[in-house]
Amino acid sequence: MAYEWHRPLESKSFTFTVLTLMAVSVGGLALLVPPYFLQGTIVPVEGITPYTALELEGRDIYIREGCNNCHSQQVRPFKTETDRYGPFSLAGESVYDRPFLWGSRRTGPDLQRVGGKYPDSWHWLHFQNPRNIEPRSNMPAFAFLSRRELDLSLTSRKLRVLADLGHPYSEREIENAAEDARAAMGRAADSLRADGVALSDTEAKSEAIALIAYLQKLGTAVTAKPVRSVALREGP
Amino acid sequence: MNDPERAVVYDMAVVRGFAISALVWGGVGMLVGLVIALQLAFPDLNFGPYFHFGRLRPVHTNAVIFGFTLGAVFAGSYYGVQRLCRVRMFSDTLSRINLWGWNAIIVAAAVSLIAGKTTSKEYAELEWPLDIAITLVWVVYAVNFFGTVATRREKGLYAAIWFWIATILTIAMLHVVNSLEVPVSAWKSYSAYAGVHDANVQWWYGHNAVGFLLTTPILGLMYYYLPKQAGRPIYSHRLSILHFWSLIFIYIWAGPHHLIYSPLPDWAQSFGTAFSVMLILPSWGGMLNGLLTLRGAWHKLRTDPLLKMFVVGLTFYGMSTFEGPMMAVKSVNSLSHFTNWTIAHVHAGALGWVGLTCFATLYYLIPRLWHTQLYSVRLAEVHFWVATLGLVVYVTAMWTSGVTQGLMWRAVNPDGSLAYTFIETVAAIRIYDLIRAAGGAMYLGGLFVMFYNVARTIQQGTVEIPEPTPALAAVPVAGGN
Repeated sequence: MAYEWHRPLESKSFTFTVLTLMAVSVGGLALLVPPYFLQGTIVPVEGITPYTALELEGRDIYIREGCNNCHSQQVRPFKTETDRYGPFSLAGESVYDRPFLWGSRRTGPDLQRVGGKYPDSWHWLHFQNPRNIEPRSNMPAFAFLSRRELDLSLTSRKLRVLADLGHPYSEREIENAAEDARAAMGRAADSLRADGVALSDTEAKSEAIALIAYLQKLGTAVTAKPVRSVALREGP
Repeated sequence: MNDPERAVVYDMAVVRGFAISALVWGGVGMLVGLVIALQLAFPDLNFGPYFHFGRLRPVHTNAVIFGFTLGAVFAGSYYGVQRLCRVRMFSDTLSRINLWGWNAIIVAAAVSLIAGKTTSKEYAELEWPLDIAITLVWVVYAVNFFGTVATRREKGLYAAIWFWIATILTIAMLHVVNSLEVPVSAWKSYSAYAGVHDANVQWWYGHNAVGFLLTTPILGLMYYYLPKQAGRPIYSHRLSILHFWSLIFIYIWAGPHHLIYSPLPDWAQSFGTAFSVMLILPSWGGMLNGLLTLRGAWHKLRTDPLLKMFVVGLTFYGMSTFEGPMMAVKSVNSLSHFTNWTIAHVHAGALGWVGLTCFATLYYLIPRLWHTQLYSVRLAEVHFWVATLGLVVYVTAMWTSGVTQGLMWRAVNPDGSLAYTFIETVAAIRIYDLIRAAGGAMYLGGLFVMFYNVARTIQQGTVEIPEPTPALAAVPVAGGN
């Protein structure tokens, strides 16, 4: 019988197991290792900077609330996508993203280029209840974020860990992370108040402020300046 | 020890434990699934920091994959490996640690996810302390399983065991590599990989979690329990060999099809597409080996709800393993990606193939574990029909939803401008979210019928073993082909 060669293998459990391990290892090695060594996998994006202390805290809130379950951060290279969202995503943009947050389902719109698209006050009102701004929206309200004071006790440590992983934070930025974040919050709160948002003291130090800071950073390394290779057409 | 006449007393306590816990987690996971489906249609059903879609969605996926499916796989493999090796589990202590350790992890998973402790990586959301706990319990399972195989009194390893071996090895590899992270505090860590590399590793994991949690161990269940229930040997041993080795080799390469048109290098995306298309053959090899096992026994399908579940499960396996490769083709992916088409695809596999096969396995096991008959075959029949109709409603609604939204995203006016705003595409698919919720509710309703049936079965049964189970003669091993 044609399969008799396989019979001896079926009674040798150790050999069988080793061969199975080999069979499942090849693909992973071939796909995961070369990108670390091949030139061109990641073309650096000029002007990309690591997240500031406040933006990083905002990003961790984005992760905590599972925003990535409904929002992608990955614009595909189609005209209908770049018209809708802006320049398509580049590998060099996410070098400081641990974890990556490209997402897999757009229950809501892509957020790769949301930075600078709306004023802070828009985001503030939108988090209170998205249906205040768009009655057909099915996004949950995140009003609780504006009632919870941002916890800065781990911020310095977070920057330290990321610096150890190669993110270019200076010693000063790491040590003063919490103060930097507080100062940035103060500026953000002032700008919100100038826009007519009446903020309580708690709200001015809330998690919502950090999340807005993160959203306003998104994609700006590319959109802040003309990128010839990306913006192949005129803006909308 | 090697006396073939000696009776073996198999350890059934661990099987009973996992059978019950699988059902409990199935109820929890699918109920949360229904809740989050309704939250999409009625956003006011999102409550506060803990019970909104963003936090509950991973509770749903983790409960159904790791609580329900893996619970059924643990039950089915603990039962199957003892009989196929004609020996009691290697260690009762390891079995207990596996049972209680695993269920403790699922409880901790649900609590920590609701508390917002997540890495965000899909199906690998759990934070580092739980990643370590999973690794330890998995090693316990591996030692117990391989220990049983090593001390077996049956010379040859049957195909079901091959698939469980592949599961144990590959999941260990995937879990450890994808979970490498640097802790910041007890419940916060940063991935060891950044950006493109993180995406690459995550979808190597994510796709193969489908391959080695939702495919190979379920094939193991199919290879053992379908021939048992049908009273027929598996159709072709040769086909088992062919599709086992090709399936496990090819599967691993297909992960990048989750990252088509992303910043991942083109060559990697192309590998993902090519190997996904190749996957049709080994997948259909498994489906055909299962379906053709019923040659000469098709008449049993009329009266046996378990066989109906196996057959519809295999049919959905064949359908979704055709659909998946199609969705991995760039032109199709450009339409389907980021839409509910993906959700439809996943649930065709999860509710159809995985769910029905696990239900059939548990229906097979529970009367035997409590030494009685199933309380009501008729209710199992009701379960089958309600679940099947529910999943067809679910999948059809999500297909329509996905294609609708995908087409609206790319629709342009004669002057080339976008025809629809994003929110118009959200409003257009709301009706399908409602239909999906109805389909999901039917599927969950079927599970509640099973709960009743199982409870009555256990009530009339006993865990006491009437007499030692003799080491049974031949389990079906190979067909004539």
